[in-house]
Amino acid sequence: MSANHDRANLLEVRGLTKIFGTLTACDHIDLNIAKGEIHALLGENGAGKSTLVKMLFGSLEPNSGEIFWDGKPVKITSPGAAKKLGIGMVFQHFSLFEALTAAENIALSLNDGSPISSIAAKARALSYSYGLPLDPDSLVGDLSVGERQRIEIIRCLLQTPQLIILDEPTSVLTPQEADKLFETLERLRAEGKSILYISHRLEEVKRICDRATVLRHGKVVGHCNPRQETAASLARMMVGSEVKAVVRAPAEGIETAPALLEIRSLSRKPATPFAIPLKNINLTVRAGEVIGIAGVAGNGQGEFFESVSGEVLQQDTGSVRIRGKDAGGLSITGRRLMGAAFVPEERLGHGAAPRMKLSENLLLSRHATDGKSFVGSGGMVKNSAVYSAAQRIITAMDVRKSAPDPEAAALSGGNLQKFIVGRELDRKPSVMIVNQPTWGVDAGAAAHIRQALIELARSGSAVLVISQDLDELFELSDAIAVMHNGELSTPLPIAEATFERIGLLMGGAEPGHAEHRMEVA
Amino acid sequence: MRIELVKRPQRSALFSMLSPFIAFALTIIAGAIMFALLGVNPLNAFEIYFVEPVSQVWQLHELAIKAAPLILIAVGLSVCYRANIWNIGAEGQFIFGAIFGSIIPVLFPQFEGPLVIPLMLLLGMVGGAFYASIPALLKTRFSTNEILTSLMLVYVAQLFLDWLVRGPWRDPQGHGFPQTIQFGDSAVLPELMPDAGRANWGFVFALVAAVLVWLMMSRMLKGFEVRVLGSSPRAGRFAGFGFNRMVFFAFLLSGALAGLAGISEVSGAIGQLQPVISPGYGFTAIIVAFLGRLNPLGIVAAGLVLALTYLGGEAVQSALGISDKVARVFQGMLLFFVLGCDTLIHYRIRLIGMALTKPNGAAQLEAAPKLEEAR
Repeated sequence: MSANHDRANLLEVRGLTKIFGTLTACDHIDLNIAKGEIHALLGENGAGKSTLVKMLFGSLEPNSGEIFWDGKPVKITSPGAAKKLGIGMVFQHFSLFEALTAAENIALSLNDGSPISSIAAKARALSYSYGLPLDPDSLVGDLSVGERQRIEIIRCLLQTPQLIILDEPTSVLTPQEADKLFETLERLRAEGKSILYISHRLEEVKRICDRATVLRHGKVVGHCNPRQETAASLARMMVGSEVKAVVRAPAEGIETAPALLEIRSLSRKPATPFAIPLKNINLTVRAGEVIGIAGVAGNGQGEFFESVSGEVLQQDTGSVRIRGKDAGGLSITGRRLMGAAFVPEERLGHGAAPRMKLSENLLLSRHATDGKSFVGSGGMVKNSAVYSAAQRIITAMDVRKSAPDPEAAALSGGNLQKFIVGRELDRKPSVMIVNQPTWGVDAGAAAHIRQALIELARSGSAVLVISQDLDELFELSDAIAVMHNGELSTPLPIAEATFERIGLLMGGAEPGHAEHRMEVA
Repeated sequence: MRIELVKRPQRSALFSMLSPFIAFALTIIAGAIMFALLGVNPLNAFEIYFVEPVSQVWQLHELAIKAAPLILIAVGLSVCYRANIWNIGAEGQFIFGAIFGSIIPVLFPQFEGPLVIPLMLLLGMVGGAFYASIPALLKTRFSTNEILTSLMLVYVAQLFLDWLVRGPWRDPQGHGFPQTIQFGDSAVLPELMPDAGRANWGFVFALVAAVLVWLMMSRMLKGFEVRVLGSSPRAGRFAGFGFNRMVFFAFLLSGALAGLAGISEVSGAIGQLQPVISPGYGFTAIIVAFLGRLNPLGIVAAGLVLALTYLGGEAVQSALGISDKVARVFQGMLLFFVLGCDTLIHYRIRLIGMALTKPNGAAQLEAAPKLEEAR
């Protein structure tokens, strides 16, 4: 098939196919990206977005299909070759060395032998001209996630790409930071550069993207102009069916319900030079309610989660109380036995052991709480009981997988997350603490997880959700607190919370400005 | 031109199974080249090396004697290595097991009866575990590297044994030879089939240990804990498994098994303490553990193979006049090829022309692994 020259296409993809074993991750994908457009790539987790992008960036080799660059057929055999063509990429997960400065990190990736000082000067000039101010001499470890993303973007721009691929760029930004990023993207478009924008935030896509290509199960299911669509119609294209809106019945009688999770004057010194100290955190979560904790990543959420879960113990045993009893001195197993359940942010390597089967990963967090049903006499594991429980969770959460009991690493992120959340829900815990419940999870799965968390709370459990996704917190929570620089604001009842107020708190406005909830005192 | 190892997203189950056999075949090929360079007919040498030492029943007993300590030690080490804890000092734990177990026959030779052997074995395990607890303590308290501490303690143990048998424990009637008294009858580990050969109960201990550890690793919660902490420590912490506890568990278990091997060797095959009681069993067992794919049942087979390299080394020395160091060469080649095969199961080699791309930090950190063609 020859290139179509009616429109000035920068990149054309024809019939691109990638097969992994029995799974066709990308099935005859066609995609055109015109010069000077922001093109959205939409799709659920496992729809083939990452695989497609990896083929465009040269880190995966297609089984068949053609790629045309400026009308000429090309083979992109490595990320280096992609850069040579003029394709740049900003990854969702940054690859920066925290102990080096921004300029040093950029120099490492350019690797063209030019002195750091000249790279720093170029980076500084470029960053200001695009409205992404960046001090090249600052240590990455001291920078916020938004600033780190700027380094990645500057690093990409320094190579003067014609096509920039952005993978879920706003998932780590405050609403204000995201606005800034959109301005930059619009400038780049005005300069005639093309952008491939991968996101699951449909409102964003509607706002900045000119065209969208929607993938489902490895196939292109449609091209559209997102401005003419509604978020609901886009979601329908992605999922293939109606996405159920999350329903949150108003919580009643919360003020008198028993406090199941209490955090009292929790402080923690930083464990590493780059860790955030926790300062005098107070929070009460009552039976039946969902409390959300908003905040830009890296403001102490990880440290807070470790302290509450018991992966790190507290000096003051009363600083964490579960169901009215001191738990600060108990290990994570002890806290689980008191009825608490935890879902960490990192799926692979923290919430799940990547090279272990799902059934083994079930045992990971439940070997003690379900000791009777999963572990027999003499410490022998009852494999069949564990296996059938894992299957029960897989069915309940609609986890999609390629084998009956695959390794955790073989699942897509969203499906693994459904399993990890399902693993804890299956216990019907009375206290549930979740860090980033739907990070990188597609709309359908995210709605499923959120609804399940709300239902858990309404059935009488206390649910604490830590998230960077404000939409999610507004959907889920009965009250939202904000974590900034190791401090937690008083929770703001959802009726009084607005994006702006929360966004300001996330940016570091005085926590005291938020209205106090009476019950916290 | 640059060579790069790229992680494979999936390991081939078939080649994981075949890897020890491929490694063995490569060792044979390299061994043939070595024999040819030494000026002997490789076929002839292989017959003397690998076939003749096991052609008679009494020789199989000798094989069992050599294999028993290798299997016992390697089974313990496999638990350490699965937990990502690197105990390299089994040789020292072996020696300390032998020393502790010998307390009864050397210092209390009058004490006789059926209790002597069980007590000696128990003391041997305590000795090995005690000696292994030192690197465990150093690691958990001071974050020292256990590879260095456990290895260096081997030399301490060897010198301590040397001092014992030349000094306080020397046989007064031994004409000044550096050795203890011969153990009394009730302190000698019985032979299994005295009419057929010398093999003693040590081989049975090795088989029992292999089966028990296999059960633990594959069926029990403790084995699960070992595997989780070894493969993803953070997930292990999330599961509530303590890493420091695991360091002690793995060191004490492997130390106890090495100690049991030590006292079995001294009480069964040697019959007294000497300055040197092991031809490097503690180090060779590392090869056994990896050749057996860290699976206790595989280790039984690997232990027999490595025991044969010892016997073969002695055989070529007497028959062809080649140094018995050739055994070490075979062991080294085997470990090299095993580790090489394992690496290639987990990684694939990619040749990168310098002209085509420049190394790029960011791209390599983030670049997804190239997938092997699955079909």
